[in-house]
Amino acid sequence: MIKKVKSLLTPGKYFLQGNIACAEGALVAGCRFYAGYPITPSSEIMEHMAKRLKEVNGYFIQMEDEIASICSVIGASWSGIKAMTATSGPGFTLMLEGIGYAIMTETPCVIVDVQRQGPATGQATRPAQGDVMQARWGASGDYQIIVLAPWSVEEMYYLTIEAFNFSERFRIPVIVLSDEIIAHLKETLTIKEEVIIYEREKDINKPPFLGNGKIPPMPSFGEGANLLVTGSTHNEWGVRKAFDPNSQEKLSSHLIKKIKNYEEEILRYETYFIEDCEYLIIAFGSVARSALKAIQMLRKENVKVGLFRPIILWPSPIKKIKDLIKDKKIIVCEMNQGQLIEEVKKHKEELFSLFKTRGEAIYPYEIYDFIKSI
Amino acid sequence: MSEKLYKYLREEVFPTPFCPGCGHGILLQTILRAIDELNIDIKKIVFVSGIGCAAWIPSPHFKTDTLHTLHGRPLAFATGIRLTRPDLEIMVISGDGDLGAIGGNHLIHTARRNLKIITICANNSIYGMTGGQLSPTTPKGIITETSPNGNWEEPFDLCALVKSCGAQFVCRYTVFHTKPLKRAIKKAFEIDGFSFIDVISPCVTHYGRRNKMPTLFDFYQFILKNIISYEKAKSLSKEELKNKIIIGEYE
Ligand SMILES: Cc1ncc(C[n+]2csc(CCOP(=O)(O)OP(=O)(O)O)c2C)c(N)n1
Ligand code: SF4
Ligand SMILES: [Mg+2]
Repeated sequence: MIKKVKSLLTPGKYFLQGNIACAEGALVAGCRFYAGYPITPSSEIMEHMAKRLKEVNGYFIQMEDEIASICSVIGASWSGIKAMTATSGPGFTLMLEGIGYAIMTETPCVIVDVQRQGPATGQATRPAQGDVMQARWGASGDYQIIVLAPWSVEEMYYLTIEAFNFSERFRIPVIVLSDEIIAHLKETLTIKEEVIIYEREKDINKPPFLGNGKIPPMPSFGEGANLLVTGSTHNEWGVRKAFDPNSQEKLSSHLIKKIKNYEEEILRYETYFIEDCEYLIIAFGSVARSALKAIQMLRKENVKVGLFRPIILWPSPIKKIKDLIKDKKIIVCEMNQGQLIEEVKKHKEELFSLFKTRGEAIYPYEIYDFIKSI
Repeated sequence: MSEKLYKYLREEVFPTPFCPGCGHGILLQTILRAIDELNIDIKKIVFVSGIGCAAWIPSPHFKTDTLHTLHGRPLAFATGIRLTRPDLEIMVISGDGDLGAIGGNHLIHTARRNLKIITICANNSIYGMTGGQLSPTTPKGIITETSPNGNWEEPFDLCALVKSCGAQFVCRYTVFHTKPLKRAIKKAFEIDGFSFIDVISPCVTHYGRRNKMPTLFDFYQFILKNIISYEKAKSLSKEELKNKIIIGEYE
């Protein structure tokens, strides 16, 4: 159910940090439960929520670890409350079993992963984009997931709202994949007067699970629905079917179809200067900002460069440009040693890659130099 | 089972998956009797369980909201419900492996927070579901699939652990003590804090078969011989308490 709500902050221009904007976005989207475990570079989200949730009669708890955090978020979601957590790479790894449970039980929730350099503890304060594949495939089993990639403080706000809307609409955990640069960046954002939010459908007389790709209604605990929620294979009423091949097939195809069928609605991306471009950069998050800057420099010298920026990473919008990329030189820039590029390779073999995993931004001049050298 | 309890059950999911002679069936019934005697609307209770034979006690049998979660995590899920839904009662039912091993961290922290969650540990001192491996409550010397020469590790007294963390009401009974057990469950509903009831519930199939106690009656005899009340146990040394099962409320 779509609803218009007034923004919680007075409409107008603000100068905010990315992490704070994310927390404010969550609040206006209706998030009233936060459980988390501190980890750089995501902790400001948690600290802001600790303060602000109290003001809006919400619930906040610092749990004993990230496993407990995601589990209590799922518990709160079944209690009928929009819920979230935020973390960074190693904490996200700990959450993956819980995320798998949320997928299996069709539980809406939002997880923010502010990426830092890894593996393991890596560089806690340094930016990275190494979790592209962890976010896509980290949980066990076969599934579809939604992963959003903000590139500005404004998007930390509005994409977090979108994340809640997707999660409620499709009954799925949604991941906001940010990075240390966007999280700690301070810049202006405009808070609109109203935003559109999605409230989950409830009907205690209809099956609460499955639906062959359609989204079933989701009642909460204590409403008389006799909910039978299980992470084991189940039928549409939640009855365990752990030995039945047909039930497993039905369930996994539903979990995949319910996102695939709506891909057209879900996919989000942006293009810059693509009409006449000979070179096309594909980049997301903070790297896309550097790319755009480099493009402006190159355009001044009449080098015809364009940008394709996935706003959603999964499901991947790259298929949308499979014709466009055929006759162009494609440069994939990312703060990892080649993750998003694998998705581009499905459509074109010859690609240029600019990767950097030094815990530093990819600077505009590096992209500029790289394109000049091609 | 008494017919008056049928109304609390999803009859379509019966028979239960428990082996003949498993203690978990007795516990299932005792929980329902307590609820029936208290005259609480079962629809106002959310049952949360982890993974294991014990976790199957509420899910799918109880006809109300049940959340069958991940191995070791039911208390973390329950915390999310507890904070947001003061109108509901929450009962966690899970195994000794679930609550004491993989979920041990959540157990101590939930006890420390002393939130109103009733936790029942169906303690068979073994991993029943996965074929009879060592659990953190397996007594010394016991043979399991993963301690073929007898367990050399010191077991946990989960009650002492949870009590030391700040839980308000902590006790232990066995499935052969259904009356005090039922009383304890009823009392837990009145407690405004964390309650932990450790219930010794024999696994005849794995624990029993490997340790010369293949029937429930063998366990009955063993337990009768080895129980000791908390009051009496207080004055005994660790050596004297070896292999004893302490029952009653922990202070
Ligand atoms: C993360 C994870 N690790 C391991 C398992 C396998 N597993 C399922 S039940 C179980 C042990 C259950 O023992 P307990 O909690 O004592 O319950 P019981 O079956 O004895 O009643 C294990 C190890 C699992 N399901 N998930
Ligand atoms: S394996 Fe053990 S615990 Fe599981 S149902 Fe059988 S007797 Fe009970
Ligand atoms: Mg056990």
